[in-house]
Amino acid sequence: MLSAGIVIPGFVVIGLVFIGIGVALFVTSRSITVLEIDYTGVEKDSPCFKCSDPDIKNCGCKVDFSIDTLFEGPLFLYYGLSNYFQNYRQYGASKDLTQLSGDLASFKDPSDVCYPYDYSVQKPIVPCGSIANSMFNDTFKLFHIVKGTRKQVALDGKGIAWWTDYNVKFRNPLVNPLKNAFNGTTKPPFWPKPAYELDPTDPANNGFDNQDFLVWMRAAALPNFRKLYRRISEGEYEKGLPAGNYSLEIAYNYPVLQFEGRKKVVFSNVSWMGGKNEFLGIAYLVIGSLCVVMSVVMLIVYAKFKFPEED
Amino acid sequence: MDAQQQQQQQQQQQKQEQQKEEQEEEQQQEEDQEEEEEEEEKMSFFGLDCVRKKETELERKLRANDREYNLSFRYATNAIKTCKYNFFTFLPLNLFEQFQRIANAYFLFLLALQVIPEISSLSWFTTVVPLVLVLSVTAAKDATDDINRHRSDNQVNTRKAQVLIDRKLRSEKWMDVQVGDIIKLENNQFVTADLLLLSSSEPLNLVYIETAELDGETNLKVRQALPVTGDLGDDIEKLADFNGEVRCEAPNNRLDRFTGTLSYAGQKYSLDNEKILLRGCTLRNTEWCFGLVLFGGPETKLMQNCGKSTFKRTSIDRLMNVLVLCIFGFLAFMCTILAIGNFFWEMNEGSKFTVFLPRQNRTNAGFSAFLTFWSYVIILNTVVPISLYVSVEIIRLGNSFYIDWDRKMYYARSDTPAEARTTTLNEELGQIKYIFSDKTGTLTQNIMTFNKCSINGKSYGDVVDYTGQRLEVSELTETVDFSFNPLADPRFVFHDHALVEAVKLENPEVHDFFRLLSLCHTVMAEEKKEGELLYLAQSPDEGALVTAARNFGFVFRSRTPDSVTIVEMGRQRSYELLTILDFNNVRKRMSVIVRSPEGKLSLYCKGADTIIYERLHQSCSKLMDITTEQLNEFAGEGLRTLVLAYKDLDEEYFNEWKQRQHEASTSMDDREGKLDQLYEEIEKDLLLLGATAIEDKLQDGVPQTIEQLSKADIKIWVLTGDKQETAENIGFSCNLLREEMNEIFTVSGNSPEDVREELRNARTSMKPDEVDSVLLPGRSLVKGVMMDEEVNGEHGLVINGHSLAYALERGMQLEFLRTACMCKAVICCRVTPLQKAQVVELVKKYKQVVTLAIGDGANDVSMIKAAHIGVGISGQEGMQAVLSSDFSFAQFRFLQRLLLVHGRWSYLRMCKFLRYFFYKNFTFTFVHFWYAFFCGFSAQTVYDEWFITLYNLVYTALPVLGMSLFDQDVNDVWSFQHPQLYVPGQLNLYFSKKAFFKCALHSGYSSLVLFFIPWAAMHNTVRDDGKDVADYQSFALLTQTCLLFAVSIQLGLEMSFWTAVNTFFVLGSLFMYFGVTFTMYSNGMFLMLPPAFPFIGTARNSLNQPNVWLTILLTSTLCVLPVITFRFLVIQLCPTINDKVMYKVRQTKATPPPLPRRTRIRRTSTRRSGYAFSHAQGYGDLVTSRRFLRRPAVSGSSGLANTGRTTMGFSPMGRSAGYSPTGRPQNVKVQDVEVTSLQMYKTIRDPAL
Repeated sequence: MLSAGIVIPGFVVIGLVFIGIGVALFVTSRSITVLEIDYTGVEKDSPCFKCSDPDIKNCGCKVDFSIDTLFEGPLFLYYGLSNYFQNYRQYGASKDLTQLSGDLASFKDPSDVCYPYDYSVQKPIVPCGSIANSMFNDTFKLFHIVKGTRKQVALDGKGIAWWTDYNVKFRNPLVNPLKNAFNGTTKPPFWPKPAYELDPTDPANNGFDNQDFLVWMRAAALPNFRKLYRRISEGEYEKGLPAGNYSLEIAYNYPVLQFEGRKKVVFSNVSWMGGKNEFLGIAYLVIGSLCVVMSVVMLIVYAKFKFPEED
Repeated sequence: MDAQQQQQQQQQQQKQEQQKEEQEEEQQQEEDQEEEEEEEEKMSFFGLDCVRKKETELERKLRANDREYNLSFRYATNAIKTCKYNFFTFLPLNLFEQFQRIANAYFLFLLALQVIPEISSLSWFTTVVPLVLVLSVTAAKDATDDINRHRSDNQVNTRKAQVLIDRKLRSEKWMDVQVGDIIKLENNQFVTADLLLLSSSEPLNLVYIETAELDGETNLKVRQALPVTGDLGDDIEKLADFNGEVRCEAPNNRLDRFTGTLSYAGQKYSLDNEKILLRGCTLRNTEWCFGLVLFGGPETKLMQNCGKSTFKRTSIDRLMNVLVLCIFGFLAFMCTILAIGNFFWEMNEGSKFTVFLPRQNRTNAGFSAFLTFWSYVIILNTVVPISLYVSVEIIRLGNSFYIDWDRKMYYARSDTPAEARTTTLNEELGQIKYIFSDKTGTLTQNIMTFNKCSINGKSYGDVVDYTGQRLEVSELTETVDFSFNPLADPRFVFHDHALVEAVKLENPEVHDFFRLLSLCHTVMAEEKKEGELLYLAQSPDEGALVTAARNFGFVFRSRTPDSVTIVEMGRQRSYELLTILDFNNVRKRMSVIVRSPEGKLSLYCKGADTIIYERLHQSCSKLMDITTEQLNEFAGEGLRTLVLAYKDLDEEYFNEWKQRQHEASTSMDDREGKLDQLYEEIEKDLLLLGATAIEDKLQDGVPQTIEQLSKADIKIWVLTGDKQETAENIGFSCNLLREEMNEIFTVSGNSPEDVREELRNARTSMKPDEVDSVLLPGRSLVKGVMMDEEVNGEHGLVINGHSLAYALERGMQLEFLRTACMCKAVICCRVTPLQKAQVVELVKKYKQVVTLAIGDGANDVSMIKAAHIGVGISGQEGMQAVLSSDFSFAQFRFLQRLLLVHGRWSYLRMCKFLRYFFYKNFTFTFVHFWYAFFCGFSAQTVYDEWFITLYNLVYTALPVLGMSLFDQDVNDVWSFQHPQLYVPGQLNLYFSKKAFFKCALHSGYSSLVLFFIPWAAMHNTVRDDGKDVADYQSFALLTQTCLLFAVSIQLGLEMSFWTAVNTFFVLGSLFMYFGVTFTMYSNGMFLMLPPAFPFIGTARNSLNQPNVWLTILLTSTLCVLPVITFRFLVIQLCPTINDKVMYKVRQTKATPPPLPRRTRIRRTSTRRSGYAFSHAQGYGDLVTSRRFLRRPAVSGSSGLANTGRTTMGFSPMGRSAGYSPTGRPQNVKVQDVEVTSLQMYKTIRDPAL
């Protein structure tokens, strides 16, 4: 198996292929533009500093930024959280899948795993559990400032969740109107409104079919994560954001400071390899080159030390 | 009278010796018993044997035909029970047993942990599914074993026996027979229980029994009933009235001992072993007999003996136990680290994160850390692999089947395939360092053939072509036609026509030569049908010589105590047998003095050359020189030689001598010495006739096998009961000892000092510069293990039985071991079975090597049991050796295939399996460890729970099994070509603590790659449509897919022999993985049971992403490439023997050249074996004393059929009772053989004589 005739050429070939892939990935990744804006408000000069005080409710703040060249679309608007342990075992388990798939029996009797968010004042919580309860509730509005006037950029909140989550995993009970299904239950304690009123603008985007809810419910693997908030995919800004000044209006509701978390907004476009990630490209390049180097080393060793053939 | 007295003395001596031996054995047995008792205690400690023994029975009392009386003692009935369970107890008992296994118990403990919600980090099914699977596989195996036991118990228990009940003989099942019953046995029936013999059909109340099942000896033994019970005969009325009372010892396992008394009709009779028939024996040559049941069923000596056989474990087993403990330690270590991590995380982060994750009880960091510890014990449980033990058993079983199925280890002539009787020791076959071999029946066939002779200076026996060139004798060589002689033995083969010509030409020396052979011996002839002679010799050598004479026209036909009848070239002549000057070990010769029909008195003598040469007449000196040369030649070919001489006697002188001999034999003091002197006096001035050369036929391929094995650096010690010369001779002819050796030391000292001196001298001559540790052999030990020492040149050591006894004493054993281990070959002669085991134990204790003992007879059982691996040669001497062995086959030469091919492969496979198994599980587990640092040490799993459940059972089980069942580095032909390939196994190179540590390091690296590459690649990335892909579920899927690819590729790298099955298993498992994954993550499964399948849609949504696949590719490549690089460089820089051979195989690409056929080495040698008349004192006295037992033979034309029969068993020392000159061994276990009473010499202490 490990004869020189296979190993050395093999390494050269692998090395070359990897370098090829690496270059492609690297170039692609470079072409992706990302704009990150931290709005936690820890720093005093931050526009959201005033909202960082936990006592202030319904705080709003505004972040201005400018773009030099056309920010090519389709664009995606993400919110990012850091030092946030969605992957904590008890947190990740704290949801009732039966309930979320629209089973009315579970509305009345949420699973134990939701504890302590299964009952509130003798009433079952729907949707139950820590994940649902801690749903991200900052909202953003983006304005393009053209000659002093603020022009709202249309943000598309549809189709931001997985198809399977939307159609299979999470389903509202077949009760019309949806509100009736929630009779006798109560909303998660942190929620300002019950589940069936999540999106006042679109009645179809409520309950367990609410896209923001679905995105939140897909727990992140790592403590620093970003989640899709909106797409800028239609209308005037379909091709991207032109150069110019922009203003982001933030409804600052979500507390992160007590656990030293950070909140940010990320604008990004994507490519065939997904979002911007330079690691893969560089890794391929490094390993490809190492392969080639190793093949040379092995060749030298082979030529010099080839084991004697005597028995 | 004199002869009788002499004999009595001899018998007394023998008795004394026997008593000594018995005492020794008794001690040994007592020790054994103590051990057993200890074991029993242990067993009952586990609650297994719910205290079988009520109270120890001290004495047994019973009364014949009185069931009521006997029942009051509650003796065991004759039913036996070897099975462990019944229908109802199977489940609880079996489960109880299984959970005594540490791994199973551990998983039960895990299961208990998982029930606690606070701790449970995994669903219950992740533990239950593997556990149930493992338990049920083992239970199924145990159940089939037990069903078989039930069946055989049942078969034995329902055998029919004729029992005397209510004054009538009734057919009863064996299990219903009770102590005190009288039962009737018929010929060829098995003895039902341990019986007191009451009466028999044979005169003098004799019965003949075969004890092969008990002690492996195939010769018949005699038992005799008391006359008082013998008188009962087969009279049912009398038997029914018999009300004798027996008091005897309690049940025990001593086969050769019995003490008790019979009280009958007011008289007391003492009972000994000669009156007892033991269960397990077979009645032979006896029409019927009656016996009184003394012990039944479990209390019989057979059952008491077949006790617990020690459970052998391989060195890998032991290593694995150590490793599992290490792993437990390591597991605890990891969990502690993670618990500490959790403690700090809770302090610094967790306590603040409570807004979104309120954790009851968890706010206390210390308590949280404690719970985390247990949660991680559950998560990381896969480092202690539950499926490991099951897989190991499967692999061993598979490799055992290869041995059973190997056609190259099948012996067609006796229709015996090789058999792996123990299926748990295979890999140890690849690590053997010491082989202890029996000689007779193992290396040799125990067949002697008359091969060559020298008569009057002319050598016969070689086949010569017309140019005078000697030809190699083969199967095709034309054999001599003996049809001129109607009494010739058709099985006798001879190739040299010159000899038969010489006989036909009536060459007087040749005639004298064969006349001597036909007269001077102690063989007995039996002629059941006219012309069909059967010789019964006490040693096969003698039989061979007499048979040779028979074929060359001097047919020994019959003998009486004072005559020998032979047919000389067709004429029947009867010689008067005047005296036999018998063989013993000092005299090393025997002579007879006969008077020919013409009245001529002659002394015929045969014996060892050195002895005879001293006693020859000067006139023979020239002939002596020529004969000596020829003797050297014979000896060089490894033949056993013997010199023949004769002398005509003067009538007057003889009469006078005879008178003196009579006086000497009746004298009270120093009888032996006086007789010896007389013998010396008459055996002188002999005339040399010639010499014979007998071949102790080696089994096929023995020298080649030994050469191969010694090339594989295996040391072979021959432990034989034979005498030194014979053993040495065989040592040479089978290539164990070689002329080229620097020196062959002989240790035969008779005192401890002598032995020590001889051992030291041997050592100093092997290692002249070594001065120090001579006085302190203990210094050569390193941590109780004796290291191998470098020695200049090759040496051999021959040690005698009595010297060995001293050498094995505590003070000297290290000295002996050290010297012996410096030698290439060691031969121990005249060793007892116990010593055989002691030698094995000694090597086992101080060398830390794997030993193998191979033998065929009952005397080898002890060493077969003592050695790590016992191999039984299924052949001539009963099944005892085979029954206690771990592997068995028919020919010694199969040993090389067993070790060099099967053993080596098994070892290689097992080691590869273990290395890979630990690798794949560690890698799997360590990833969790890294993930802990990113999930707040919350015992979150990296993988889907289904993946955790199925990883070991489904996704990786078959590929690794496939590898460990089919892998081979090089094929069998190359394995034979390069026996050196065996060496790494002896040195434990493939799997050791070091190798294990390397595995763990490798896993550490792989797990780092497997976690951090996906981590970095997925960090903050999204799908190509902007949606989430860095979620927990996608990450889990990605990591587990990477893992599976990495371990599969690693497996491919480990495998050096791909078969279609392997490919199928590897690819099939990958496909299976994707199949199962997509199914588990499908809509349908989710809709059926939402909480069980939360990963719905993950596969579809993430596996369609190019960056996911690029990550998989990168991860698996990065796992494997460094391994390839490392191995490639190692092969180039310091190649192992395997690498070299595999390179060579690749280069030639063809089958290797066949092994060169060894031509028989001819050499002349001054080393000659003395003639082995027998293993013991000769039987000349018996022959002449009118005391040998005979059935009246078909009266030959001589009309000299004679004498009555006698009793009192006299057993020759074991093996040589039957004699077969060339053909099949005679003692093969044949059921219902017609055995003649002559197979044994038996004498009677008949008061009439």
